[in-house]
Amino acid sequence: MTLALVFFYAPVDADQGFVQKIFYVHVPMAIVALGGFVAGGVMAIMYLRTRDRSWDMRSYVAIHLSVILGLGVLATGAIWAKASWGHWWVWDEPVLVSFLIVFLLYCCYQPLRFSIEDPERQARYASVFAIAAGAFVPINFAAVRMAESFTHPRVLSQTGGDLPGSMRLTFLVAIVAMTLLFVTLWKLELTSKHAREQLGRLRRGLERERDAAPRTATDSVAPASAGR
Amino acid sequence: MPALPLDEAGKYVAGAYSVFVVLVIIYVAVIGARIARLERELETLGDLMDARGSGER
Repeated sequence: MTLALVFFYAPVDADQGFVQKIFYVHVPMAIVALGGFVAGGVMAIMYLRTRDRSWDMRSYVAIHLSVILGLGVLATGAIWAKASWGHWWVWDEPVLVSFLIVFLLYCCYQPLRFSIEDPERQARYASVFAIAAGAFVPINFAAVRMAESFTHPRVLSQTGGDLPGSMRLTFLVAIVAMTLLFVTLWKLELTSKHAREQLGRLRRGLERERDAAPRTATDSVAPASAGR
Repeated sequence: MPALPLDEAGKYVAGAYSVFVVLVIIYVAVIGARIARLERELETLGDLMDARGSGER
């Protein structure tokens, strides 16, 4: 439905032409990725409050998925920049550079997490990182908004932004679709991780039982042979 | 920069949407492979349980 709105309902931009259609995938992906980073931070707070490992897992999956979306944002942004400005990357554009900083910050999350072997410490350190980095995202966003030079148009603001009605509707539907996709993939990965954890528990339980079985048999035989 | 003609702009738009689709497909494929591995492990465990059950009997 979103694709139909993008290509058949939303008008072609008078300034940028057909290239502006990239906006409907690039910006919602960026918004959802940033939202995912913040959500990961909130879930990390929940982990530190409750010490329930499932919150840590939710936070990890949200951040992992947001990093993948972030990669998509950088790639689609570069394509859009090349088509609009003639360059793949522009270093003096605050929105681009600030997103790259956030992306690189979160690229450190996984190495940090998996460099710690103890699961309890791993979850705690990863949560602290997720909270600190999650707090940095809105601060970074606000700083860019307060910056003086704008080459990116403001598409959503309290006064209505720069989008005409049909473009705005398409954009909002694209954000909803991207959010639904994010939640679906998040739940899918979470379910797979949970199933793996449960399977591991089951396997360990069976192995313990299998190891204990011959010992029990030996123990019951031992006193009789010792008496002889 | 002036707006690109449709044939040239179309390549960039297709490229951007392809990046998105490829990312989603790779992600779903990786998760799908993991779930398939889980299913195989679950089958192995099920066989183990069956073998144990018939051994006890």
